[in-house]
Amino acid sequence: MKRAAMVLNPRDNVAVALRDLKVGEEVEVTSGGEVLVVQLLSDVPFGHKFALAEIKKGEQVIKYGEVIGIATRDIKRGEHVHVHNVRSARL
Amino acid sequence: MEFLGFRRGDESFGVRNYLAVVPTVGCVADLAVEAARQLSMAAALPHHQGCCQPPVDLRRCMRVLTNLCLNPNVAAVLVVGMGCEGVSAEGLASAVRGSKPVEAVDVQSCGGYLEALRECINAGHNLLLEVKDWSREPVDISKLTVAVKCGASDATSGIASNPAVGAAVDILVDEGATVVFGETTEIIGAEHLLAKRAASREVAEKLLKTVHRLEERAKAVGVDIRGGQPTPGNIRGGITTLEEKSLGAIAKAGSRPLAGVLEYGEKPAKPGLYFMDTPGREPEAMTGFAACGAQVIVFTTGRGAVQGFPVVPVVKVCGNPETCKKLRSHIDVDVSGIIEGVESIEEAGRRVLEEVLAVASGKPCRAELAGCQGAVEIYVEGPIL
Repeated sequence: MKRAAMVLNPRDNVAVALRDLKVGEEVEVTSGGEVLVVQLLSDVPFGHKFALAEIKKGEQVIKYGEVIGIATRDIKRGEHVHVHNVRSARL
Repeated sequence: MEFLGFRRGDESFGVRNYLAVVPTVGCVADLAVEAARQLSMAAALPHHQGCCQPPVDLRRCMRVLTNLCLNPNVAAVLVVGMGCEGVSAEGLASAVRGSKPVEAVDVQSCGGYLEALRECINAGHNLLLEVKDWSREPVDISKLTVAVKCGASDATSGIASNPAVGAAVDILVDEGATVVFGETTEIIGAEHLLAKRAASREVAEKLLKTVHRLEERAKAVGVDIRGGQPTPGNIRGGITTLEEKSLGAIAKAGSRPLAGVLEYGEKPAKPGLYFMDTPGREPEAMTGFAACGAQVIVFTTGRGAVQGFPVVPVVKVCGNPETCKKLRSHIDVDVSGIIEGVESIEEAGRRVLEEVLAVASGKPCRAELAGCQGAVEIYVEGPIL
């Protein structure tokens, strides 16, 4: 079966959409050998990210196993993660 | 892990056997190109530096040209000079003599372009007769240096081709090879994360200093490299922060500790993963990598890049399914299965590694088959005078 999303590093708390995903879709992703099923709370276009777990405001967003930014508000599991709810950790 | 290479007198091993025709200065670049065209097994390195530059750049030019001549893929060297340039032809030939067959020819001594061309053909032919090592032998991977670079990137680069190459790089480093990556502009934003991987505090400090130096240079001409990043196009593609963008670029260098930071064109002292201070632009980056002794360059692309280097095979890896179809004659390793959800990064990385070893052992890469091998230029520090 074709994967719909991918986790780049087992430490990541976001996955990357491999096609345009729609709100309500149940997406299966593998992270460090573990299979997770995440129901999407928003549309997630190809190449964009969604949360694998709840990320509280002020917490780190991890991709490639590294901090790519800080949540600017609470992000729910399955929600689109992008510039509307994440800022650079270096500002 | 092994590849099949040509033994050189200096105990390095080439993956190609070229007579390199090396101009010391831009004035004779076209003479070098014409001489190489008329000679067998020859490749010109037509850069445009070597004169009317501050001492820092003349020294750099000499170091880079010397190290290019010492690249293991070069079996013999024909140096072509003008006669009055800042980087002397005889000086360059002396720096190479003892390591491999070398001769120098200059236009002013020969009495003109056509006279020098005839002298180049004679000298070049005689140099080929001096080359002794025409058969390949099995060589341990510790004698292989691979450089990695990206160009014409798109949204697939950071999630497919770069991570796949990174997986191959991790295996190469673990097996004892040398891997070099560069593009200082590309790591800005994630340099603090890369610095955490440095093998020592000195290496971390040198990395941060290298980034700072480039940022100051850009500021001097009114450019803030961090400003406006990620670009609106990056954001539409799904990149949220500059850290994320830079991590996507750095992904091609894998995850192993950073053994050292090299100046432009500097050779690493021992195997491991190295960062070299280079620009992102292809000719300057690939010239720096070839000078540090890379026998193979792995080049990731999303939109599709075609360029290669005269004496170093450049292996193209692409994760964009459309580009892999449209530019299939230029893509060596199609890793679009990652995007299509049918191949893992690890599986794709193993295929990248297999292709690197095959190309190192003699298989021509697509850039060689297409004849796209002209991306040569030396990165300069100061003004042209």
